[in-house]
Amino acid sequence: MSVVTNTTTIGAIEAPSRRNTELVLLAFAVVIPVFAYLNVGLAIDGKVPAGMLGYGAGLTLLAGVAHLVVRKWAPYADPLLLPLATLLNGMGLVLIWRLDQSPRLIDLAKRSYGTFNPSAPNQMMYSAIGIAMLVGVLLLLKDHRVLQRYTYISMVAALVLLLLPLVPGLGADVFGAKIWIRVGGFSIQPGEFAKLVLAVFFSGYLMVKRDALALASRRFMGLYLPRGRDLGPILTIWAVSLLILVFENDLGTSLLFFGMFVIMLYVATERTSWIVMGLLMAVAGAVAVGSTASHVQSRVAAWIDPFECLKTAPEGSNMAYACDQMTQVLMSFGSGGILGTGLGEGNSDLIGFAANSDFIFATVGEELGLAGVMVFLLLYGLIIERGVRTSLAARDPFGKLLAMGLSGAFALQVFVVAGGVMGLIPLTGMTMPFLAYGGSSVIANWALIGILIRISDTARRPAPSPAPNPDAEMTQVVRP
Amino acid sequence: MNKPLRRVAIFCGLLVLALLVRDNWLQYVRADELNAHPKNKRVQIERYASERGNIIVNGKPITGSANSGDTYYQFKRTYVDGPMWAPVTGYASQAFDASQIEKIEDGILTGNDDRLFFDRTLSMFTGEKKRGGDVVTTLNAAAQKAAFKGLGSKTGAVVALEPSTGKVLALASTPSYDPGSFSGYHDKDAKAWQALEQDKNKPKLNRALREIYPPGSVFKVVTAAAALESGKITDINAATDTPEGWKIPLSTKPMVNHANGCANASLNEALRVSCNSVFAKLGDDVGRDKMVETAEKFGFNEQQFMPVRAEASVYDKKADRGGNALSSIGQFNTATTPLQMAMVTAAIANDGKLMKPYMVDELRAPSTELIKKTEPEEMSRPVSQKNAQLIQQMMENVVSTGTGTNADLGMPGMKVGGKTGTAQHGEQNSKRPYAWFIAYAKSAQGSPVAVAVIVEDSEGTNREDITGGGLAAPIAKAVMKAVVKSGS
Repeated sequence: MSVVTNTTTIGAIEAPSRRNTELVLLAFAVVIPVFAYLNVGLAIDGKVPAGMLGYGAGLTLLAGVAHLVVRKWAPYADPLLLPLATLLNGMGLVLIWRLDQSPRLIDLAKRSYGTFNPSAPNQMMYSAIGIAMLVGVLLLLKDHRVLQRYTYISMVAALVLLLLPLVPGLGADVFGAKIWIRVGGFSIQPGEFAKLVLAVFFSGYLMVKRDALALASRRFMGLYLPRGRDLGPILTIWAVSLLILVFENDLGTSLLFFGMFVIMLYVATERTSWIVMGLLMAVAGAVAVGSTASHVQSRVAAWIDPFECLKTAPEGSNMAYACDQMTQVLMSFGSGGILGTGLGEGNSDLIGFAANSDFIFATVGEELGLAGVMVFLLLYGLIIERGVRTSLAARDPFGKLLAMGLSGAFALQVFVVAGGVMGLIPLTGMTMPFLAYGGSSVIANWALIGILIRISDTARRPAPSPAPNPDAEMTQVVRP
Repeated sequence: MNKPLRRVAIFCGLLVLALLVRDNWLQYVRADELNAHPKNKRVQIERYASERGNIIVNGKPITGSANSGDTYYQFKRTYVDGPMWAPVTGYASQAFDASQIEKIEDGILTGNDDRLFFDRTLSMFTGEKKRGGDVVTTLNAAAQKAAFKGLGSKTGAVVALEPSTGKVLALASTPSYDPGSFSGYHDKDAKAWQALEQDKNKPKLNRALREIYPPGSVFKVVTAAAALESGKITDINAATDTPEGWKIPLSTKPMVNHANGCANASLNEALRVSCNSVFAKLGDDVGRDKMVETAEKFGFNEQQFMPVRAEASVYDKKADRGGNALSSIGQFNTATTPLQMAMVTAAIANDGKLMKPYMVDELRAPSTELIKKTEPEEMSRPVSQKNAQLIQQMMENVVSTGTGTNADLGMPGMKVGGKTGTAQHGEQNSKRPYAWFIAYAKSAQGSPVAVAVIVEDSEGTNREDITGGGLAAPIAKAVMKAVVKSGS
């Protein structure tokens, strides 16, 4: 193997910055959604949509600003993360705009709320705020290791964020899940932000405690059991996850946090026993909640056999609603077939409420078909892959853990949402990153990309060239 | 930390892989099943998303499409003279599926048929809105109107065929329904549907095709054909060896005649006045198997598709001698659709050649380009030309001097042959009898029309006055007149 390889993100001595690659990819990431936008307009109205120029200009502007900021303040960052996120966000905007045109959803909204507000303009605004968030992260966070200082503040912040929806008067119950808070005219999903903050806490905590957790343990039946005092934080996280599940009816978030924690614990300690323990606790928690919470029970029933459940569930019950939703989603996917019906020509709006948020992936399935869904899954896969690569490349344990935690959380979220919508696992009601309608989600995920870009920039930044040593002989640098 | 990192990376890869596999399972393996699932509204949405093609009679559409502005089903089916044409069109309802031509030719009408692929592709480039193709029927609007008007408030059915081709000219059934009254999916559609379902007069029943009636005396034509074909009768004017009060085999009862002068009556005379004893004995002489053979050549014991399905008419294949004798005069288990009797009449009028009945003449693409034209098809030859002409002679006697004088068209050069029937039914014949009439008109150029009429029950008619000649013959006459007039 040659010493200098440009295919890895592990910075070789003369690592190219790849900023121009990023620019070219960004151009694609802007052009593709603009064509998709045109496609929807032609399919629905038969003419070029009026907002196309504005949409194209807006997306170009956002991508351009993000690119310039990266070029200036994170010149060695991974070149794929920004274009991938831009493409997903742009396509998400198109899909949301497409659902805005659905007369059925307009009708439904008018009958339920009296008015209909299109979601796409809001989402455009959230995307702009998201990009601003990315810019903010890159400007303010010159070195990700600074975050280490805020380990315990992060923990407090995360707990506050997670429990905020339970505060009376502040939390809002939307379709049975108490994961929202209302501030002024806006509703925020604090869980999305808690994801980031928790990753910071875990990284800081585990970096310090990893040796204690890894080594000071007793062997029991082939497993390394940690000491009781080291078990504390794990049990705390487990308990908090359960609390979220029980009191906020949020299966997805609790799964996400617990999964993220177990992954990071495993990476930090290199002990498989943590995974076994984590799985056991997850199963125990799931069984305990699943056998008591009706909310979870109906989701499980809808997962096992939605068509059958639709027949047996009592009319008008929560379960019937969940099962109906699930059957609609499955039929949406089925109707898409291999190539899909074409953007704007499907009937995924039959799903009803949340067609543009929780179930937006069904629109991809129906209108872009198997081919489109696989493309989207691979795009997400690429983001995750670049995240893991960043983690591998990072030189400091904190950065490694943080990058892994964030990409792991991203992977879990994609899996939980897509798997739920496609009926692989019970539906949890989370949003597809970048694709789904929702401010918190878009903003938080842009911040996540921002942190990954920052870590990757640090990781790929060439080391300062060593001072020439006059005594040195001609030696070859052999890297591990 | 890199070793567990790589493992976690593999785990994340497996998560994505699981999603990919699941998606293939969902969108490739199960796609058809999900797509065709009865809960999937997409088929219905697609069906009503574009303007449906029309069903056409004499160049004019008898159906239409209205844009209802609904967010689920955009276009709604409308009908011109719905009740009159319902037995032809069937219905296309957003909530209650479709029937008959609307169902059978759904692919053409919606424009989804593979044969319209070229049209669809073309309109994709020209930017035209998708619409369905048209179904051109063989029906004759004047004849249909005459039939429907003739039946009026009575319960019954009329089928008229063009003997030389098998084209259906009229297909009426009363009481009827308006398919437009439930073509949507709203409450009022459901109410209209429920009301029709619960109506004890069964207005949704297509009596012309789906109801089988005892044919009574009109069946004697078939028995006559069997007698001639089997050679039991060679001279229609020769006396038959039939005593008055002929005893039914395996029974002690004698056959009752309503007509006078049936003892030893010739076949010609027996058909003219409708002698039960002569025909029952003839059926017995011919034998069950030969009777079954002849009846089946006419189309009995088999469903007919034209392309709408018609119920199979019945001639009992396992009857004993007594049953066979009774079957020969259209009683016992013999039962027939009005279409079947029209086919019998048409075969005789067409000199023994039975043409397969059909009512869809052409299928047209939205561009009015012809996709398919139905060619007349010979179904069978139940009687020889000579024997057919003998039966024609006898049937013309019935109209000129017998029980069917009410059907006489009185047109120069136009001969009319017919046969009346009054079929008793119910326990102990307690119900009001069915009045039958079959007839054809024929000129030197051939026969333009054969018709079968049944009037099930007619309020306000004295029981004694219910006869084929009195009730059904005038309707047949009106239909034949309409056809003959529109043809000249």
